[in-house]
Amino acid sequence: MNQVVHTFLSPHDFRVSLPDVWAGFKVNLKLMVVSESLVLVLALAVAIIRGLPGRGAKPLRALMIVYTDFFRGTPLILVAFVVGFGLPALNLHVLSNLSNFAYGVIALTLVYTAYVTEVYRAGIESVHPSQRMAARSLGLSYAQSMRYVVVPQAVRRVVPPLLNDFIGLQKDTALVSVIGVAEAALQAQGYSQTYANFTSYTVAAVLFVLLTIPLARFTDHLIAKRERRERAAAT
Amino acid sequence: MSFVEARNVTKRFGDNTVLSGVDLDVGEHEVVCLIGASGSGKSTLLRCLNLLEEVDEGTIAVDGQSLTNGKIDVNALRRKIGIVFQAYNLFPHMTVIENVMLAPVKTRRLNARQARGEAVELLKRIGLADKADEFPDRLSGGQQQRVAIVRALAMGPKLMLLDEITSALDPQLVSEVLNLVRELAEVGMTMIIATHEMSFAREVADKVCFLDAGVILEEGRPDQIFSSPQQQRTREFLARIIEAGRL
Repeated sequence: MNQVVHTFLSPHDFRVSLPDVWAGFKVNLKLMVVSESLVLVLALAVAIIRGLPGRGAKPLRALMIVYTDFFRGTPLILVAFVVGFGLPALNLHVLSNLSNFAYGVIALTLVYTAYVTEVYRAGIESVHPSQRMAARSLGLSYAQSMRYVVVPQAVRRVVPPLLNDFIGLQKDTALVSVIGVAEAALQAQGYSQTYANFTSYTVAAVLFVLLTIPLARFTDHLIAKRERRERAAAT
Repeated sequence: MSFVEARNVTKRFGDNTVLSGVDLDVGEHEVVCLIGASGSGKSTLLRCLNLLEEVDEGTIAVDGQSLTNGKIDVNALRRKIGIVFQAYNLFPHMTVIENVMLAPVKTRRLNARQARGEAVELLKRIGLADKADEFPDRLSGGQQQRVAIVRALAMGPKLMLLDEITSALDPQLVSEVLNLVRELAEVGMTMIIATHEMSFAREVADKVCFLDAGVILEEGRPDQIFSSPQQQRTREFLARIIEAGRL
């Protein structure tokens, strides 16, 4: 028991490793904020393109289906390897000279956009067709009816699952340590290898959990609030 | 030439022929009521008239403009033709006044202040100016439906299509909606009204059309249709309505 405490929960190592792991964790936070912002916008665009009507849009729709199928099916760690080591090897003008941080953002965004697209799509499809019909009957174009009527309702409905996916993204920022982004997990690993003590991992774990718990509770709160409102509306 | 002129309008959903060769003429300022059982094609006909449904055969012209030759600006046309649905279909994420202002701001290019002014005037007319900033789910069904009518009127349509607009309402809320329609008829709005409210149809309609199995089986002045229907099917339909106490 003492051995366990010493190896994973040593107060001394906790104190000593905290500054480095915290510095790494700030990189995780940056990865999250940048990737989540990109994902929010790109995934909505992909979802809208996938729903475009008409035969003319078929190639575009097909392209988006290929994209989402591929990146939902590929493990993030593989994508991170390919982006982080593959793109620099291509010797392309811009894409090959980015920072590891940028490659991390690209990998996270590619994978999570594919997930979040499906969340948005579910939301868009949950808006009753009569809403579109009402919008179109007022003379709004397809784009206007999406912009002002369908998408605002869809987004409101999918906030809880969106937040849930973001909890996943927050954790997965640790995976881009494999391409050398100096984030919390990598810092913790450095410490444990130097001092043969794993408490630094506990530090990183605590930081991640402290970040996700409020988000999880906030998600619960939103769901409960909606349920109350819908029950009130049904009386 | 009539204001609305439909010829041989046919609409199928898969194997199901919902309209099979409907001819309909509506003059300017005329009020036409479509009656008939559920599934007889009333709603589909209304939807075809503003191209929410594409017709499979036949031609439709509104205000001298062909809807069915494929060259029409659908969105421009719909601004001239308001439609109100059974389920109101207000936008739940917008307040009452935002519902009314949306289309004028986005398609008539009014600025927000003008559109708001017009919307307030319209809401005053139906006695709901005090509800302007409420969300639709705070309103009664009758209030919501009146807002839906006003939302369509805000586009300044020349033709209104009303699709069983009182069918989802509690009985005590029906009259407030019908009163508004009555007012519209009095100021000369051209309207095509699908309805189960026979006494209302009798009162406001210039012409009543009885739809049965996708065709207009009989049409004529209200007193003629309701008092001396010529077709057996019309008589049966009206007999059932009387039995149900709705006439």
